[in-house]
Amino acid sequence: MTISSASPAWTGRDPEHRLYGPLPDVQGESGYDGDHPARVGFFTDTSVCIGCKACEVACKEWNTLPMDDSHGRRDALGLSGMSYDNTGQLGANSWRHVAFIEQSRTVDLPMPTFGRPGGDRTGSGPSPAAGAEQDDALARAQASVLNAEALSEFDPQTTQSGTDKQIRWLMSSDVCKHCTHAGCLDVCPTGALVRTEFGTVVVQGDICNGCGYCVPACPYGVIETRKDDGRAFKCTMCYDRLTDGLMPACATACPTQSIQFGNLDELQARADARLATLQSQGVESARLYGRDEDDGVGGNGAFFLLLDEPEVYGLPPDPVVTTRDLPAMWRAAAKGAAMVVGVAVTAVLASWRRK
Amino acid sequence: MTAAGGWRQADRGPRLKRKKRGGGGGSRELSMVDDVEFTSYYGRPIIKPPVWKSPEVPLYLFLGGAAGSSAILSALGEFTKRPTLAKAAQILAGGGALGSVGLLIVDLGRPERFLHMLRVFKPTSPLSVGSYILSPFSALTVGAAGLHVLGWFPRLRKLAAVGAGALGGPMTTYTAVLIANTAVPSWHAAGEQLPFVFAGSGMAAGGGMTMAFSPVAEAGPARKMAVAGAAIELAAMHQVENGHGIVSEPYHEGRPGLLLKIAKACTVSGAALTLLTGRKRVGAVLAGALLAAGSALTRFGVFEAGMVSAKDPKYTVVPQRERLAARQNGHAPTVTR
Repeated sequence: MTISSASPAWTGRDPEHRLYGPLPDVQGESGYDGDHPARVGFFTDTSVCIGCKACEVACKEWNTLPMDDSHGRRDALGLSGMSYDNTGQLGANSWRHVAFIEQSRTVDLPMPTFGRPGGDRTGSGPSPAAGAEQDDALARAQASVLNAEALSEFDPQTTQSGTDKQIRWLMSSDVCKHCTHAGCLDVCPTGALVRTEFGTVVVQGDICNGCGYCVPACPYGVIETRKDDGRAFKCTMCYDRLTDGLMPACATACPTQSIQFGNLDELQARADARLATLQSQGVESARLYGRDEDDGVGGNGAFFLLLDEPEVYGLPPDPVVTTRDLPAMWRAAAKGAAMVVGVAVTAVLASWRRK
Repeated sequence: MTAAGGWRQADRGPRLKRKKRGGGGGSRELSMVDDVEFTSYYGRPIIKPPVWKSPEVPLYLFLGGAAGSSAILSALGEFTKRPTLAKAAQILAGGGALGSVGLLIVDLGRPERFLHMLRVFKPTSPLSVGSYILSPFSALTVGAAGLHVLGWFPRLRKLAAVGAGALGGPMTTYTAVLIANTAVPSWHAAGEQLPFVFAGSGMAAGGGMTMAFSPVAEAGPARKMAVAGAAIELAAMHQVENGHGIVSEPYHEGRPGLLLKIAKACTVSGAALTLLTGRKRVGAVLAGALLAAGSALTRFGVFEAGMVSAKDPKYTVVPQRERLAARQNGHAPTVTR
């Protein structure tokens, strides 16, 4: 038996961020020595995803994953009724999942000087103001109206034909986030989940005993147990390919570079630049998700550029690693245990006196 | 919240009204929180619901609690001249521990790999810590109960009973941390109250059952523990049901709500009956049965409330949205965790 160093919490090397928060050297905290490889990751830029599902197929092929229908039943065809998404969700047999969101546009007529009643996106309201201010409002209103056209220059999701203007398609390839503080890894009682030398999180199939604790511990709902097998499975970031110096299968297959693989810090810089480009082009709804190292999981090894709120894509808006609150829970449990003993002793003493 | 850029979810739009449950039931319960508006991906759950099986795991939680508090009673009974109470509590603790180990192995799905649990010791994993509480606890209680039945080695038996009693407290409460250290919203939010619910509920069940199986002359401590446990269970459960905004909702709606209402009725009547007729044989048995039923139903209710909160994305998205908004406005969140 060993005291597991799976979480940096108990190694004492980073007292500041034992259970959550940024960790500059994830592999080092997990016990790898100084010359480990750089931390790698995925940057999934959903603004250029075309929903081709090449990533899903490549992942299934490379990892020889069994077929699932949208309800998680093995070896069965099923239609989800969710647009073009018949995979449904990430799970034991789907380690990449392409979400399809059809959004119909609400009434959004170009009325530059006076905003439409009750819903002015520019926020300043329809008050006719001084010249400069009005020009400013005009420019902003135009920017928002021209949004679709601005997108069309680089975004294959939007086209200019008449009816399509009423619809926006969001497509996003979801994957295990390979968190800096991974809930699944923290709670695994057998040590089956480990941090690799690349900073990714993988399940060792021969150690997993199918307790299923990792499943509800994941704040993103990624890892899942296979029904007939009982053991847990999830994306390995193609650990077998990484050790041979290859890119993961999904990133290799992606035709639009929506899925980018590389060293995490390079990807982060690339993502920041891409976000700046989009914002300068007026795509105000663009945002990075999982990029912030101060978030609840210490930042993700796989992060995303989204064009809408995370929950629209089925992602939690503010995930927190479950073990962040563990010390408080253990303290409450210790108090509760002491209370049981106290009550029992008191009950015995009280019964004695009466005799 | 309308999605940025003037776009809205196409498939259904924001959900405006929570579905009202069927018209039955005379009392119109006031809604805890305002109806909320939120977006989701086709109403799909965001987190995965636990794969833990339903009769096995709530029963495991119940037996663990009852066994833990019985073990403490039996250790105290051994040294306060209450041989029958000590024996009854010891057999209950041993049986409960054996039962919960069995249920855990059944739930694992790959029983031959139970030993993997003892490969490592991980303080960040309540299941790993729990394995190191459950294993010695069940060995000691089963040993003590066996020695008691056979009447062998009374000193060794007393030693085992003391050891089991020392582990009894952690045994009753670690399961609360086990379920609370998940992303399941209704469990996680109540992480600092559930240990007290489980402690109280374990005492109500352990005290109640010991009282039912002991002669009334010796069962004084069991009666007192049962009543105190019931009171603590009710008080802590009240906090869980009301203190956490929207994620408290599953605790009083639908099936888990019904289970918890019945649980409360059983616990209250069991405690009252203990006080009124606990000194009569029939009264003690009836009260003990009611307290045990209340404790078991509490575990089932808490378990199912968590399942409901995991399956509806509302319980994941809305509190997280509120937390984000609170952070941006620079004041403490109104919804905890």
